[in-house]
Amino acid sequence: MSSGENPRSRSQRFRRSIRSASLRKGRFSHPSRSLLDIESLSDSDIHSLLKEAGHFRVSPRKFPLVRRHIALLFYEASTRTRCSFELAAKSLGASTTLVSTAASSIEKGESLVDTGATLAAMGAECIVVRHPSSGAPHVLARHLEIPVVNAGDGMHEHPSQALLDCYTILQHRRSLEGLRLLLVGDIFHSRVARSNALLLTRLGAQVTFCGPPALLPDVAETIAPGVRITRDFNAALPSADVIMMLRVQKERLSGLQLSVDDYIRDYQLTSERMAMAPADTLVMHPGPMVRGMELTSDVADSTRSLVLEQVRNGVAVRRAILLRALGGHA
Amino acid sequence: MIRKSSHTDARPLLISGGSLITETGEMQKADLLIENGHIAAIDQVGKIPERGQTMLEARGLIVSPGFIDLHVHLREPGQSYKETIATGTAAAAAGGFTTVCAMPNTTPVNDSPETTRWMQKPERRAVVKVRPIAAATVGSNGQRLTNFKALVEAGAVAVTDDGRPILGSAIMREALQSAHELGIPVIQHAEDTRMSQGCTMHEGPTSFRLGLRGVKAEAEASIVARDIALAEETGARLHIAHLSTAAGLEQVRKARNRGVRVTCEVTPHHLLLTDEEVGDYDTNCKMNPPLRDESDRQAMWEGLHDGSIDCIATDHAPHAAHEKDQEFDRAPFGVTGLETALPIALMVAGGDPQLAVRWLSLNPAAVMGWQEAGILRAGAPADIVVFDPGEEWTFTASESKSKSKNSPFLGKRVRGRVQYTIVDGRVVHSL
Repeated sequence: MSSGENPRSRSQRFRRSIRSASLRKGRFSHPSRSLLDIESLSDSDIHSLLKEAGHFRVSPRKFPLVRRHIALLFYEASTRTRCSFELAAKSLGASTTLVSTAASSIEKGESLVDTGATLAAMGAECIVVRHPSSGAPHVLARHLEIPVVNAGDGMHEHPSQALLDCYTILQHRRSLEGLRLLLVGDIFHSRVARSNALLLTRLGAQVTFCGPPALLPDVAETIAPGVRITRDFNAALPSADVIMMLRVQKERLSGLQLSVDDYIRDYQLTSERMAMAPADTLVMHPGPMVRGMELTSDVADSTRSLVLEQVRNGVAVRRAILLRALGGHA
Repeated sequence: MIRKSSHTDARPLLISGGSLITETGEMQKADLLIENGHIAAIDQVGKIPERGQTMLEARGLIVSPGFIDLHVHLREPGQSYKETIATGTAAAAAGGFTTVCAMPNTTPVNDSPETTRWMQKPERRAVVKVRPIAAATVGSNGQRLTNFKALVEAGAVAVTDDGRPILGSAIMREALQSAHELGIPVIQHAEDTRMSQGCTMHEGPTSFRLGLRGVKAEAEASIVARDIALAEETGARLHIAHLSTAAGLEQVRKARNRGVRVTCEVTPHHLLLTDEEVGDYDTNCKMNPPLRDESDRQAMWEGLHDGSIDCIATDHAPHAAHEKDQEFDRAPFGVTGLETALPIALMVAGGDPQLAVRWLSLNPAAVMGWQEAGILRAGAPADIVVFDPGEEWTFTASESKSKSKNSPFLGKRVRGRVQYTIVDGRVVHSL
């Protein structure tokens, strides 16, 4: 009765076939105009998005998306990302509808898929979604014909943020090849950290995560090839070309029984610490910043801080993302 | 060809020329005669005299004791939009199961003799035998034991708070002691839920990449270890549901070596799939315990082969499409499994039907201490499955008998297919 074949190899083949089926279902059947995560962007997607964003910055042309409709579906509080997408859409001539948890059927128990389908039926041609659940944009994309743009999903990814961070760095450095990026703070809960690690390593940067074990588990280094982990901020500073600070929520620290004082002592970016880094090291922060927590005000406001540049570039990068989603050129 | 229900108790049925799995688990060519719902005779091919029996030609097929699933969720009472006892047992029959043990996490929780009896009534239209496993504590709240004696009298075959594991050591010890007096096992879903709050999958590179909170293997192993200590001290029978980690298995191995009465089961999906299969948030790969990593998966495989794991149980857990088509962290845990268990057991057995039948029938009967089940013997009830170990087929949602289609194996081509399922001499499923 034996098949004469190693049963393990049969099982492995079976499992591979399952995996490829789920990939097909999850990712490739959907219009490539969606932006679900950095992982599913091709290299040429990345380059054309960064290039397109550059065009806008030089000369915002007329209104290529006039009479087009974009829905902003926000299940989570957001100031900067929501405004940034909204301004980007409007500057292209598109109209926007904002649906947020506070005043919508979401509160009445409508499912994500139904909400998305409803917006599409009303004529939305693209949905920009922010959601506390990791993978929520993927659920929408699986069920809708229109492109879905991820504006941050749970702890998973925040691809437009990584693209704008990358774009900002490229305005100060010719290339990302060999660039040493230090990402500091609450890596575990951070979608910004995941998207940036995935994007920047792909473009040749050397990414190091820095934080205490409770906020940075060892498994984090598996996110992308070459990613490293350190607990010692001071030791990592001399070899950092860019320091990206992440927001720390006090309530999260207490939940993990970490002391705020210890965190500040070990991981706050101060001007003393800036002095340990090379003279041209840049400081970034995806916002919102908590001054006095992850960084001090003098660092946030220093000439080496790119915080407001990041915000400015965010609009340009999101224009490129929306244009790609809806099809068109500047 | 024998069609479903065309054969009743009235006329004897002769299953002829098949390869029979005997009492000792060996395989030999033989005829088997069914009369009055029981196995009347087993003899060499052609030796049973012609007396106008209905003939069931089984040449090239395996004739096996009906499969026994120690772990299914039939969802009745209370959640009939997911599954009913009728549809769940139809899926069981299609998968070759003649007995299924129904978990108590229904609505209301099956913690009473009334609900236990209700589940077994003819009005439920079960096509295979349903053996309720009742709640160990009232409402499965982990506070106060249910009335084990009354539940057993009503037909319960074991107790468990599946899905809401008993965390309190004192009440777990009490449950083991009470069950011991009645000769039934306590089944534990081994998960320290204090360690797994908000977790939706196994902790590892995939959970980190997807930004999902992961549960550690230790959440299973720590409860297994505690329960083994309590079983050893009380002398009671402990059965670990859906074991999934190498660490948990190690505890079971050590305990069995020193003679503790602990048994355990593994699901088909934990034998075949790993956490990577979650892919891009595939909720049909979300279940509890979650798919583990490759080393755990291999450990399950080895545990089954070396006998440390007694049997395969499906943890068939149907959920409606609208419940699974949600954000990953909102979708309920669980996958269906009754209809795909045989091909997966055969695959793990390297194509050896004797091994597959041991894991699906002989051993689960032994775990429960059932003398009359899991065995082909003259005089025993005719609970029989006839299957073709070589037939390739594709498992599809449209052909699935379960009311829900939440399987990670949809669309998969598999090998080994049930041809006939016979319960008490009645053909309840035929291809």
